[in-house]
Amino acid sequence: MAYKSFILVCAGTGCHSNMGEEIYNELVKAVEAHNISQDVQVVKTGCFGFCEQGPIVKILPEEAFYVKVTPDDAPELVAEHVVKGRQVDRLLYKEPGMEKASNKIDDMGFYQKQFRIVLRNCGFINPEDIDEYIGRNGYQSLGKVLTELSPDDVIEELKKSGLRGRGGAGFPSWMKLSFSKGVTGVDQKYVVCNADEGDPGAYMDRSTLEGDPHSIIEAMAINAYTIGADKGFIYIRAEYPLAIERLEVAMKQARDYGLLGDNILGTDFSFDIEIRLGAGAFVCGEETALISSIEGKRGVPTPRPPFPPVKGLWGKPTCVNNVETLANIPVIIEKGGDWFKKIGTEKTSGTKVFALTGKVNNSGLIEVPMGTTLREIIFDIGGGIKDGKKFKAAQTGGPSGGVITEEHLDTPIDFDNLVALGSMMGSGGLIVMDEDDCIVDVTKFYLDFSVDESCGKCSPCRIGGRKLYDILDKISKGSATAEDVDKIDAIAEAMKKASLCGLGQTTPNPVLSILHYFRDELFSHINEKVCPAGKCKDLVSFSIDAEKCIGCTLCARKCPVNCISGAKRQAHEIDQSQCVKCGECFTVCKFDAVVKA
Amino acid sequence: MAKLNLDDLKKMRDEKRREMNRRDTDKSIEIIIGMGTCGIAAGAKEAFDAFVTAIDASNLDDVMIKQTGCMGFCANEPTVEVRMPEMPDTIYNNVDATIAERIVKEHILEQKMVSEYVFDKPSVDIVDGQ
Repeated sequence: MAYKSFILVCAGTGCHSNMGEEIYNELVKAVEAHNISQDVQVVKTGCFGFCEQGPIVKILPEEAFYVKVTPDDAPELVAEHVVKGRQVDRLLYKEPGMEKASNKIDDMGFYQKQFRIVLRNCGFINPEDIDEYIGRNGYQSLGKVLTELSPDDVIEELKKSGLRGRGGAGFPSWMKLSFSKGVTGVDQKYVVCNADEGDPGAYMDRSTLEGDPHSIIEAMAINAYTIGADKGFIYIRAEYPLAIERLEVAMKQARDYGLLGDNILGTDFSFDIEIRLGAGAFVCGEETALISSIEGKRGVPTPRPPFPPVKGLWGKPTCVNNVETLANIPVIIEKGGDWFKKIGTEKTSGTKVFALTGKVNNSGLIEVPMGTTLREIIFDIGGGIKDGKKFKAAQTGGPSGGVITEEHLDTPIDFDNLVALGSMMGSGGLIVMDEDDCIVDVTKFYLDFSVDESCGKCSPCRIGGRKLYDILDKISKGSATAEDVDKIDAIAEAMKKASLCGLGQTTPNPVLSILHYFRDELFSHINEKVCPAGKCKDLVSFSIDAEKCIGCTLCARKCPVNCISGAKRQAHEIDQSQCVKCGECFTVCKFDAVVKA
Repeated sequence: MAKLNLDDLKKMRDEKRREMNRRDTDKSIEIIIGMGTCGIAAGAKEAFDAFVTAIDASNLDDVMIKQTGCMGFCANEPTVEVRMPEMPDTIYNNVDATIAERIVKEHILEQKMVSEYVFDKPSVDIVDGQ
């Protein structure tokens, strides 16, 4: 007994709070009233991520997409659409500025907000089956390059596309290849894939390698052909065992098919790849440090110039590209640079993959065209802030980046705009903070990370980073003065100018960013000795309101240091001298009796 | 496996593409489980095992259980896509062993969706014609 039709009702947080339950019940009633329960199933679904248009009802197999449905609409939807097969036009989604309602999810602008180039195969193919990759046009671009295009044609196509490095800095990819290609009279060149993703909260490269390893292999082969290399390295941290395993499987399959190794696809081009495991030092994502590490030395940066495209691995021309940059290349070759150029903004073409994490309802991996605003990412795709809290800031660019505040939510995201806001694109970690997050605390976390990961080779980074951390530590403890803040600028300036590599040059960014955007919050830590978010341990205290406490003993049982005393059904008390301010009592109390001050 | 040349590659692509697009002709059922690190951390392996056990127990012989990478809905993992004739392609979220059993019993055997666990694919796959 199969159903003929399915009515999907969104039961995500947003729609649910908007009469979703009632709509579901009304639909069930209507289906029963028409006596079609055996043909039609009403189903509750997870979030469509289209909350502003909720509640949403979708009817399959027609894929009709109804928005802003009320419980009163339910009988009409069933009677008209399901029974008579006529769509209810007034409830169909209309594109802003479009006359005609659209009934197909696929032609809706909202869903076009995500645009998958890098993640084109992730979640669609079996990453351990080369045939599936080939079935989705895999290795065709490599074939095209080897048989139809000269190295100069490839560079020209990439130049047209405007692809810029997705590792964070945004260096034009064609230029890198062209530098390496231009070096003559050497016996060996290399291509390297930088898979040393290390930003806290970023995992897009890992997911790409795990979901679609062949796209990286194909892109590396294209790059190798372009610059005249016959050897490639994938530098990946050992903490990514699954990605490594899938790469190894993919490389073996590619060799079996003659897509790696000697005389690829029967041409005279030969190319092979080796994997090199990193121990996970953040600095090894910097290309010169990465090169040292592959050479078997300590992973510390060296001064540039000479730049790696001219003089890199073992002194030979070496083209280092990030995973996400590489994943774009086969598509650009397949569809042409002009096609790619049309996506995104004037200055930054293409898409960006973000790992959306933090206080957002639908955390996950998203890919959006450049120029999408942060508001669209957080509120449309991410489904807004958890528990209906207030948005405070979004952190982009990891330890090298900064915060983006409410007032800049509508800035189109691209390399230049983010730099203008004092943040940066970085690799694509996007961490959403709400009103409960303390900006000093978060920044201290990033500084702590940068200080830990500094290689110590140059003093501006080694000493400056530590000094900055100490100042932030003082601020969070309430023992800082206004003079300390003045020092930040001087230290930051020195680090930016004098550090050897990008890690040191960008370490002050998170601090400068909050100095600019969250001055008030910073100074309330310094002058009033108050942490508005109640996160900085030394500036917060917990006490119990005897009026509200009913003596349920829950807090006393949860307290990790047993500093809460009181008899059953009597008001409890916190011993301030023992309290470690973990906030567990505040979290568990069901009566709002624990006061944070 | 013999080494391919370009013609072999093109031929293979066309064959494989047909195979991948052949959805509603014969009686093949596909269960595709998102198994990136994020999915596995959320319990995709347990779900995978539960599917294998449930399919064995149900005497279905034309079911293919496959793995894929992260679909991008990390907040709702493990995610599982079920494709079969007579039913719309469906993605399920938060699939643990119990839900996996329910999917086999209700979705595949009784051909009705497991309410509350359906998740809709929010983005269009843009590489058209594939």
